[in-house]
Amino acid sequence: MASVTLSNLRKAYGDNLVVKQFDLEVADGEFLVLLGGSGCGKSTVLRMIAGLETVTDGQIHIGERVVNDLEPGERDIAFVFQNYALYPHMNVRRNMEFCLENQRLPRAEIVSRVEDAARIVHLEPLLDRLPAQLSGGQRQRVAIGRAIVRRSKVLLMDEPLSNLDAKLRSEMRSEIARIQEELGITTVYVTHDQVEAMTMADRIVVIHDGLIQQLGAPMDVFRRPVNRFVAGFIGSPSMNFVDVELAEGGGGWRARAEGVDVPLPERWTRRLEGYRGKPLVLGFRPQAVAAAGADDAMFTGPVQVVEPYGTETYIKVLLGEEPATGRLEPDDQPVKGEPFGLSVSPEDLFFFDPETDAAIY
Amino acid sequence: MNRARRVTIYGLLIAGGLLMIFPFVWSVLSSFKPPAEILTLNPQLVPREPTLDNYREVLASGSFGRWYLNSLIVAVIVTVSVCLFSSLAGYSLAKYRYAGRTVIFMAILSTMMIPAEMLVIPWFITGGYLGLSDTYLGIMFPGLISAFGVFLMKQFMEGIPDALIESARIDGTSEVRIFFRIVLPLVRPALASLAIFTFVSNWDAFLWPLIITNDRALFTLPVGLQSFAGAHGVEYHLVIAAANLVVLPVLVVFIVLQKQIIQGIALTGVKG
Repeated sequence: MASVTLSNLRKAYGDNLVVKQFDLEVADGEFLVLLGGSGCGKSTVLRMIAGLETVTDGQIHIGERVVNDLEPGERDIAFVFQNYALYPHMNVRRNMEFCLENQRLPRAEIVSRVEDAARIVHLEPLLDRLPAQLSGGQRQRVAIGRAIVRRSKVLLMDEPLSNLDAKLRSEMRSEIARIQEELGITTVYVTHDQVEAMTMADRIVVIHDGLIQQLGAPMDVFRRPVNRFVAGFIGSPSMNFVDVELAEGGGGWRARAEGVDVPLPERWTRRLEGYRGKPLVLGFRPQAVAAAGADDAMFTGPVQVVEPYGTETYIKVLLGEEPATGRLEPDDQPVKGEPFGLSVSPEDLFFFDPETDAAIY
Repeated sequence: MNRARRVTIYGLLIAGGLLMIFPFVWSVLSSFKPPAEILTLNPQLVPREPTLDNYREVLASGSFGRWYLNSLIVAVIVTVSVCLFSSLAGYSLAKYRYAGRTVIFMAILSTMMIPAEMLVIPWFITGGYLGLSDTYLGIMFPGLISAFGVFLMKQFMEGIPDALIESARIDGTSEVRIFFRIVLPLVRPALASLAIFTFVSNWDAFLWPLIITNDRALFTLPVGLQSFAGAHGVEYHLVIAAANLVVLPVLVVFIVLQKQIIQGIALTGVKG
């Protein structure tokens, strides 16, 4: 196994800088997830590590070696593609053997390694099938099996679950996590799905616009997002954002906007000192709200949408022009069109600078 | 589709089919007729006195076997060459990124716009300078590389997902092995149709082999056939028997590879 280090990595297509500045160290045996929306540069970073894209600037280390100028085949990595990339004219066994034949291993070694890999990904009964005869989930297993059969130092995965349906995806999530833990292989995993990132990663790298926004353990990123982008990207449904202004009233500071009146405890007023009389963005997660009466409601507006899930009920309340989402207990019974009040405990409030989008702590 | 319509359509198709096959049936049956029965005022489809003499005479003429071999050598070598170079060039144009790629492809395509009849004289002069008159290479060289083949293979290879090739590269597979073990097997239907079209058109080729060869020993079959039309007129009974022998391999190729040919025609829109 090996660590992967990216220093000052950049990638430009002509004048278009898609990866602007990337410094990252993936520890030996770590499961690191690169998370971001489409076009943020996450796949480009992965493909540069693999050697499928050239590096414009900066260095990539795998273990002790600088691999910038090495061919993909010389980097001792394995790659799982989004569309599986199985060779359609070879059966499962041949698909896995093919890459070992390049290494000129003895035949017995090849056979035993394929059997090992097949056992790990639960493919033993399917070894003689062609890819076309397999379901999506089985093909994904073959792709993973083919990646691990080589016993490479680093495993790279590019949105491997995005072609699967929801049920299979959650199954394969835990399956991939299990295999990664079993092998202890250094893994870099690209996805746009924050659920995958949260559930599988040792650490998450949130990427936006070719830059690392935040790097940290899943719960740290969830609890303390550094800026508005990360706060909105992590968590489902997304965090609500409201443009507010600070005003004095009722014996303290309050954040106010149409339908919004949030009293701020002492510790917030100290931190928000510099924003008096200036615009500010307030954020709160849908899961942090509770139904509130007219007296203690912080957010009040007409109910736009009610979605009962049985175990919980999601509503959208109009605050001025913008809807805010909230999760309620099934007993709360909001009525569409009627005004409804929500409250949030002070420790679940987030504030962001409207100019820099940075979170204020 | 209602019954009357179906009957009409099938009726027309059967009539068309019979019309198409009639000359062929007539030539097969006529090859068993003595010369007097072929040139007669009241021709009959079925020979009155069937004979194998025509075939005996053709095969005994000495050169026929040699011509058969010549045609086979030319058609096979040209087919192998076209398949190999078309798929190599097509792969390069479809899957590698390099400066001038589009220009090169356009240049190759543009050669398809010039009819062969216009090229025959330059070919003949070039061939003469290179000392290729009356050689196998002389017969083959204009056909060894096919612009159409390059075009066809490029189009097919563009359909191969890049991820397959990238995946093989990551596994440390050499470019040559990727080409032969991954890419070629995936374009087999296209390659098979290209092979069939190339084989048939070279087997049938007449104009160029006629021009470049004077030595009877180097004649290909179509050129040889024409030599049965001698100074005393055309010996139809021999031409017909020989023509049937010429068609035989094409017929075999077609029957064996029927599925691929139909697929090939459907794929390329080219009429066989």
